[in-house]
Amino acid sequence: MTTPDSSESRTDAAANEADTAAHAEADAAFIEVRDVDLTFGVRKVYDGLGCRLRKGGIHLLLGGSGTGKSTLLRMIGGLQQPDSGEVRVAGHSIASLSERELGKIRKEIGMLFQNGALLDSMTVLENVGLPLREHTKQSTDEIDKRVTEVLNAVGLEGVEGLLPRELSGGMLRRVAFARAIVMEPEILLCDEPFSGLDPLNVTRIENLLVVLNKELGLTIVVTSHHMASSLRMADQIILLRDGGCVAGTPEELASSSDAGVTEFLGEDGHAYLALLRETREGGKA
Amino acid sequence: MQGNATRDLIVGLFVLVGIGALAYLSLQVGGLEFGTKETIALSATFDDIGGLSVRAPIKVAGVKVGRVSGIKLDEDLRAVVSLELDRGVNLSIDSSAAIRTSGLLGDQYVAVELGAEDESLKDGEEFSFTESALSIDKLIGQFVHNAGVSD
Amino acid sequence: MTGLIRALGAQTTDLVVGLGRVVNFGGKVVASMVRPPTRFGFFLRALYDAGVLSVALICLSGFTVGMVLGLQLYTTLSRFGAAEGLGAVVGLSLVRELGPVLTGLLVTGRAGSAITAEIGSMKSSEQLDGLRMMAIDPEHFVAMPRALALTLAMPLLNALFITFAIAGAYTVGVSIQGLDGGVYISGLENAVRFGDDVGQSLLKSLVFGMLLGLVATYKGHSCEPDAAGVARATTSTVVTASVCILVSDYMITALWGV
Repeated sequence: MTTPDSSESRTDAAANEADTAAHAEADAAFIEVRDVDLTFGVRKVYDGLGCRLRKGGIHLLLGGSGTGKSTLLRMIGGLQQPDSGEVRVAGHSIASLSERELGKIRKEIGMLFQNGALLDSMTVLENVGLPLREHTKQSTDEIDKRVTEVLNAVGLEGVEGLLPRELSGGMLRRVAFARAIVMEPEILLCDEPFSGLDPLNVTRIENLLVVLNKELGLTIVVTSHHMASSLRMADQIILLRDGGCVAGTPEELASSSDAGVTEFLGEDGHAYLALLRETREGGKA
Repeated sequence: MQGNATRDLIVGLFVLVGIGALAYLSLQVGGLEFGTKETIALSATFDDIGGLSVRAPIKVAGVKVGRVSGIKLDEDLRAVVSLELDRGVNLSIDSSAAIRTSGLLGDQYVAVELGAEDESLKDGEEFSFTESALSIDKLIGQFVHNAGVSD
Repeated sequence: MTGLIRALGAQTTDLVVGLGRVVNFGGKVVASMVRPPTRFGFFLRALYDAGVLSVALICLSGFTVGMVLGLQLYTTLSRFGAAEGLGAVVGLSLVRELGPVLTGLLVTGRAGSAITAEIGSMKSSEQLDGLRMMAIDPEHFVAMPRALALTLAMPLLNALFITFAIAGAYTVGVSIQGLDGGVYISGLENAVRFGDDVGQSLLKSLVFGMLLGLVATYKGHSCEPDAAGVARATTSTVVTASVCILVSDYMITALWGV
């Protein structure tokens, strides 16, 4: 597949190096989180979190509940500002941008929220077509055609006229996914894209993510508890814990001797990784 | 947002009805007039106008034919009342203007009593004969005074 | 002692910061009115929700308030032999005070709270964040059409309220108590002036509409993103908007010079 990230398996707070060095690596680190602290009330979510996401990679965020997986996605999208530290996306420091400048970047980011975040007063057709109507000059016919196309890609047909409340959880998630990718963004942030889906649709969305990544070069960040699918496609795994993170390729994590990593991945995770290593090696051979 | 014809129609109706109610309040109740309504301006000078106020009605034979448009004091310290009459109401030149009260405690208005001449008052002219407001205080004062004298 | 002063300081800071947020939010909403697209479709829907759906309530309340006024004032005025003054008193009190204020309070309870609850639940289900991530400004997309609809609906509903109240007082005063209809209507028409009375009524209802629009949308946008937060925000809208309406009513009346 892709060459494993040359980066060290533990990204530490040493991200505060000279600016020149940061620029030299800017291409490699498309999304960069540097030394971020964040506290919700009395709960410290991040304590010096730092990680780098490569352009065109599929990055999997893992971690127990409350480790800030969704919050990390929200920080990348600029919805959540860190207490201190910096989040850079495509060379821009998110915190320093005005709402308007942030808008320009957000047009290149598709985001799938955990509960879909579809507008409940609008039909599926209007929801999915909304970014196109807002930001492109396409005619209504073109937009409707594109929406139907994307809906078909996520395995939905004939739901255009329905309201979000008339959809099942799995359909809702796929409609939201369709909305996230309808603009063909550069970055796709997916919060639990597989939860609530039947196995057939898990495979469908997984394949779609891989196709988007391979064909259109999307940088994808996924949080998921669905180990098999997400481990299968991930280039890089970022394991969040204790306010920081451990990052590396699946192979690196699988062979890690870190007790915490082993504990989190558990027997299942290791079994998947072992299987994965075999299939990948098999593929290369 | 797809157009919803029925809803749009109802919203349109709502706006129309609302504007209708507003127009009723403004034009009928509030007496708003657009442009220059066909009126003629007259004036009348009184010794005492009592409680007459601007916008009080002017009545001929009890029928409203105009409004008081202004009240001011002239050099001789008499009250000059400007009157706005509907055009088409021809008051003969020797008509007299009187300040009356509707009921015992009601509002005061200008009552016009018609004269006998053929010629009628024209725009800008003044009533020759006027009758000041009848003040209850004054009446009572007079009554008391007279009673005192006759004793 | 220092503790008390510190508490006072903290309260003041909170108040100023809160006011600053409201002003900032209001500025964004107003600025977004002139920015394309116009969101006319959303405006119509909001006008339907806030205006059309309030019509029945406003007409019924107006008619009832008018009937009560007719009954109370007729009895009171009769004692002084001034029953002919019914039209004037009913007209002036309705147009200048009761119409705008009662309409404002009724619309606050009926439509303002609903708008806060709707926006609040959109916030708690991440719909507002979803809009932000699509580079769509929620102030422009959600708040502006609703605030504008409330501002426009209020004077119209106010006019409806007053008209129905005048009819209600007519029903009691003329049809039931036997006052002469002509006296009632001419008393009303002579007493109420366009500039001073109807103008003041319009200004008041416009200001109340704007205040309610601002409060209702702001409370929705700033609510805690959970069910209890939405409930608190809805209550807070009713309380805040009612107080704002009553206070600004006094200020407008005083500044107008009665």
